[in-house]
Amino acid sequence: MSDLPRRDPRLEWIARNRLHPRHEEVLVALGQGAASEWPGPNGLVRKNPHRVGFIGPHGVKRIDRSGTQQGAMGGKASTPVADRKPLIEIAEPAFLVAVVPDMAGGRLSGHDKDLLGLARRLADADPAAQGAVVAVIFGPHKETRFGEAGIDRLLHLDSPEVTGYAPEARLGALVMAEQAWAPRHWLLPDSKLGGGELGRRLAARLDERPATGIWQLEADAEAATGWQCTARGAAGSLDIRRPLPRIALALAECAEPVSETRHTAAELALPQPLPSTLSRIQDLGQVSVDPASVALSEAEFILSAGNGVKDWQGFHHAAELLGATEGASRVAVDDGFMARDRQVGATGTWVTARVYVAVGISGAIQHLQGIQTCDKVVAINMDPGCDMIKRADLAVIGDSTQILEALVTLVTQAREEKRDAA
Amino acid sequence: MQPESAMTPGLDVTVLVSVGRHPLTGRVRRADQDARGVELARSLANAEVRLLHAGERNESSDAALRGYLGMGFSELALLEQPEGADVLPALAEALDATSPHLVITGERAERGEGSGLLPYLLAERLGWPLVSSLAAVESVENGVATLLQALPRGQRRRLSVRLPAIVTVDDAAPAPRQSAYGPARRGTLEASMGPVSNDEEWAKWQVQPARPRPKRLKIVKATSARDRFKAAAAKSDGGGGQVLTDVTPTQGAEAILTLLREENVLQ
Repeated sequence: MSDLPRRDPRLEWIARNRLHPRHEEVLVALGQGAASEWPGPNGLVRKNPHRVGFIGPHGVKRIDRSGTQQGAMGGKASTPVADRKPLIEIAEPAFLVAVVPDMAGGRLSGHDKDLLGLARRLADADPAAQGAVVAVIFGPHKETRFGEAGIDRLLHLDSPEVTGYAPEARLGALVMAEQAWAPRHWLLPDSKLGGGELGRRLAARLDERPATGIWQLEADAEAATGWQCTARGAAGSLDIRRPLPRIALALAECAEPVSETRHTAAELALPQPLPSTLSRIQDLGQVSVDPASVALSEAEFILSAGNGVKDWQGFHHAAELLGATEGASRVAVDDGFMARDRQVGATGTWVTARVYVAVGISGAIQHLQGIQTCDKVVAINMDPGCDMIKRADLAVIGDSTQILEALVTLVTQAREEKRDAA
Repeated sequence: MQPESAMTPGLDVTVLVSVGRHPLTGRVRRADQDARGVELARSLANAEVRLLHAGERNESSDAALRGYLGMGFSELALLEQPEGADVLPALAEALDATSPHLVITGERAERGEGSGLLPYLLAERLGWPLVSSLAAVESVENGVATLLQALPRGQRRRLSVRLPAIVTVDDAAPAPRQSAYGPARRGTLEASMGPVSNDEEWAKWQVQPARPRPKRLKIVKATSARDRFKAAAAKSDGGGGQVLTDVTPTQGAEAILTLLREENVLQ
């Protein structure tokens, strides 16, 4: 068969003739959907005003004159946003800006992205001599969008010495990177997740006086590095304006994250293998903490109950088995099923959990405000139209009691299989 | 009173204390994290605890330092320094001379630059290992301490470290006991002069009371006015999620379990 497009005049004629009984199906077959405009047989543009617009979420017809809706109806797949961003390649960078993101949970956090935005500001300040952003990442990760975050070069160290809590080995790797490439700036997050500690260790080793708690950066020709920064000091009660040093530890929201460009995130490797250092600090692993004792505001995994929960014994059992901290909506607290300090929402606790499972919560606006910063929200609910389902990353419509029971069974089975195998 | 478990007799502990600042009133006080460090040292069985402070000496700082004496100490070693001096050389020399097994400090000072660098610089200078944000000391045996490190989100990690070591404590450590007035009055401040090095950089910087940080605006980067309007009028976080309708409870539970495993929250 040849690839030449074949026209079917009869189908085209049916597509033009909106009174034809096969008009609709032919339009679909030709990939035009319900077209509202088409060229007539004599070159005139014919319009069907009844086909203009679309039915909105409330069942009311909406007409969109910008033309985008028409295009969407045409059935053409629109290109994803990521591909439309311009790709920037910096082959011969004038200098390097090194960033060591926290990678909490194996992904770039919001803090990391802000820091990369700051690094881009430093690298792109002079268009004639553009710098490249190098990110140093330790251990396994799940991140796939390094390029969109503004990383030009990626140094991924995945050897067993630097995974887990290994500040001395990581420091050794950073010192090797310093010797190999001598970046103009070192940027680290001033966080409790390891960045603050590693940055201070690096500064002490390289004998540089770092700036900690940076939250603002301004260009200043008089400063040695060309930048002036504002840093928090004295437990957050002072603002210190000073020239930006080589090593900087920045707070969250220190700059806008990169959003308009893509970068290459090309793999980079250290010139020599890591030296084997004798670590004086030995990591004996995480200690299991009773999830009920963790404060709700800083719990990582919350199982939250609302009005839809009928079997409270089963709910408590599921929370215990999953190792989740218990939360509740206001209704559950008011009805006396949960304690007041377990209430999630604007009137209770603002939670920061990574995973939030809402069982039988319809999602009042106060509750949704309280879970704004949660990464993944799972909803178990009977009502498919409620607001929590719209917010959720995964929603299961069904009876919460049965679903929790099934979840408990699955987890118990998996644990038993594991025990048998071990 | 305290369990006489496998502690080495005579564990020599030095706590570095500083003059704090009340966050609301701005008055001097014992620094919160340093007081937690003192409390941690007090909870170690069979330990000999010394307090060490380096800094400017005046009436208000004396009052603040007496707050530590009120936690059950008869004396506090004080290295006198002029205002705005770098206390690192003085502390390093004092620690070199006394060579304790364990040095406990707070994470960062409540006055001055408060960069939290001092423990790291001391560790680098003395060549000792450093462990940050400690929650508890579990045991000390044969020159190896087993420590419990506080992680964000209420998690704990167990570490073992070879002594001598420097550890820092933060807000996860046990809350300090109240300072008793009588012992605080009776205790003595043993003042001595240490080596002085001036911090010239600090004098050059502009320092002012912290102003509130501007709230981040939600910037919509759209090419057309229609897109900007849609972004402004749209309900936040609408759609994008996976909705499972008409599934059996087991299928739903499996989907949830897969997500929980992906996020690595199940033990």
